Amino acid sequence: MAGDKTVETTGLLGWIDRRFPLTSTYKAHLSEYYAPKNFNFWYFFGSLALIVLVMQIVTGIFLVMHYKPDAQFAFQSVEYIMREVPGGWFIRYMHSTGASMFFVVVYLHMVRALIYGSYRKPRELIWIFGVGIFLCLMAEAFFGYLLPWGQMSFWGAQVIVNLFSAIPFIGPELSIWIRGDYVVSDATLNRFFSFHVIAIPLVLLGLVAAHVVALHEVGSNNPDGVDIKAKKDKYGRPLDGIPFHPYYTVHDIMGLAGFLIIFMAIVFFGPEMGGYFLEFNNFIPADPLKTPPHIAPVWYFTPFYSMLRATTDDFTWVLSGLSVLAAIVMFFRHKGLVKIVSAVILIVVAVLLRAIDAKFWGVVAMGGAVVLLFFLPWLDYSPVKSIRYRPGWHKVLYGIFFCKLPDLGLPWYPTAQRSFQLDVADWHADISGLLLPDAYLEHTGHVQARSRSCHLPRPLSPTLITE
Amino acid sequence: MIKKLIGALALVIAATGAHASGGGHPLEAAPDRINDMAALQNGAKLFVNYCLNCHSASAMRYNKLKDIGLTDEQIKTSLLFTGEKVGDLMMGSISAKDGKAWFGATPPDLSVIARAKSANAGPSGSDYIYTYLRTFYRDTSRPTGWNNLAYPNVGMPHVLWERQGPREMTMVAMHEHAAEGHGKGEHASWQRITTTYDAMGYSTVKTENVEHYHGGVAADVKFKPLDPARATAYDSEVADLTAFMTWMAEPVQQTRKRIGVWVLLFLGIFFVIAWRLNASFWKHVK
Repeated sequence: MAGDKTVETTGLLGWIDRRFPLTSTYKAHLSEYYAPKNFNFWYFFGSLALIVLVMQIVTGIFLVMHYKPDAQFAFQSVEYIMREVPGGWFIRYMHSTGASMFFVVVYLHMVRALIYGSYRKPRELIWIFGVGIFLCLMAEAFFGYLLPWGQMSFWGAQVIVNLFSAIPFIGPELSIWIRGDYVVSDATLNRFFSFHVIAIPLVLLGLVAAHVVALHEVGSNNPDGVDIKAKKDKYGRPLDGIPFHPYYTVHDIMGLAGFLIIFMAIVFFGPEMGGYFLEFNNFIPADPLKTPPHIAPVWYFTPFYSMLRATTDDFTWVLSGLSVLAAIVMFFRHKGLVKIVSAVILIVVAVLLRAIDAKFWGVVAMGGAVVLLFFLPWLDYSPVKSIRYRPGWHKVLYGIFFCKLPDLGLPWYPTAQRSFQLDVADWHADISGLLLPDAYLEHTGHVQARSRSCHLPRPLSPTLITE
Repeated sequence: MIKKLIGALALVIAATGAHASGGGHPLEAAPDRINDMAALQNGAKLFVNYCLNCHSASAMRYNKLKDIGLTDEQIKTSLLFTGEKVGDLMMGSISAKDGKAWFGATPPDLSVIARAKSANAGPSGSDYIYTYLRTFYRDTSRPTGWNNLAYPNVGMPHVLWERQGPREMTMVAMHEHAAEGHGKGEHASWQRITTTYDAMGYSTVKTENVEHYHGGVAADVKFKPLDPARATAYDSEVADLTAFMTWMAEPVQQTRKRIGVWVLLFLGIFFVIAWRLNASFWKHVK
């Protein structure tokens, strides 16, 4: 037959392969996709994130069969799932634990990318898709959290949607448009349900596919940052690589087994996780007339929410001052058009910081903390990718960053030593603690790029093979 | 490096685990009777007889009580009074509107109250219920004549008072008293304020100045039951009721732990197999 593809396979598989790239896809993405041999513990979290995504979708499908997205019945229908739907409690706990564990896994996955420089050329697009996934995940978690219709669901949504009202001019109308009402209500619940079960998951799946395709196009990074395609055997197979299947499939199954032990221990023995995964206040049905004394976000949002709350009116003075300072620095250190334009922009920002409500800048700070991640590939000038070859003081700055971020979330959890008191000053210190190492890293990155002589990183090992 | 980072994170997480007392009256740990069928059944009886008059447990069906060893027949004859069916939900006898008018607030639904009252990494809701039901005291200044230590100025009267019997309460508080003309802290004098509520709810306050006190602000409460035997029996009844409400907040909790052991056992074996499988595949990889 004219136009018939020549394929190696025969029989049914041959029939399919002549019509669909089954064998070639299998080879390209599994059996002949080469991954570096030196993956360590940190490399489990990508496949785990994919598995948690599948678990969330499957359990979500079953929850939707019994859940009622109606302000009158939502809370009761969750309890109905917990008590009267056979196995409903298991499905529900899988889903609620999965939500938190999704963030655990994704945060660890991001830490891996940060410490081994997996966002660096040529993997910028993988990183950008990844940050997109992270944004979707935050939206998905936020929309989903309204659905149980408890006090925290209700007031959390109320607080976050109200943030949009801080946008100058269009804000108040915009927040009403988002809610579909003057307060969070049945209309809000219905649209959030729609976003949670269809809109965001569709985008999420698309981004995940793009993330994996982009990864398989350029191949995985590794803890040593070596390029596995640099050295190949006579058949063109990378010497530092190994076929993903079966080597990394069995490896990831082991990782999955370990992960499931932790996951199921939570599901069966502590699904509330001490109030961190299922907030106790959320066992009280939503009451629009009763504002809870403190509205705390779920743990995975706390650092970002703290940045928002820390941007008080006083703090905008500080930020405004910093902006002026930056304008002066830009004016004196650059030449030509950059000098004028950047300085003017920064001065305008400094003025706006005082002219517009601090709440708006809080939203900017919170959003900016996430959006900043998109630019990371172009902010890192270091000649090496991996933390292993970076100088010691880089590691210290990484350490500060990874300690400060959770520290920002801590005030949301009162203890005996520290009652619930939003210590804004502490947050200011924390945020400065976050910004300073970043600024310093970036600045010295520039310096390093210019003069390789100072702070020279350890020499790179070009390959893993010891001959 | 990574180990150090993980260590630092662990410390941070551990710091959040410290217990919170919530600032109010310290909560007493409820006895664990979640596996005691007789206690749960007694708790169910008390719950239906007392709590359900005003509160509902709208997520609970009467026949769910079969899980704690009651039969349909027992439920029908001893727990259903006004013609409900065993498949009905546990609804309170008063309307939300009446509740609001009579007590100032609608009595909350109690289905999951034992979970709702828990504190993050702190005392459980069961501890709260156990303490709450045992710290009512008569107070003539309140509209219902009752006040509560765990929930000050609560709208609910002490419905179970006949089971507990009359009690007197003495509250001793150490209070820093800055005298006129003295800066706080320098020559701070302390006062001991002793408030006594008698069995009828009339209070007397005694204030004494204390020299040479070196402790901090402190409060101590003592109850003196006038009928100690009844009060002791009541403590046990409240423990049963608390156990029932704990069970009711999540009827599946014991089942889930029982299944969980098997699931983890299975996953443990699965992990060992996966680990050895992985090792055998990677044995020859250099």
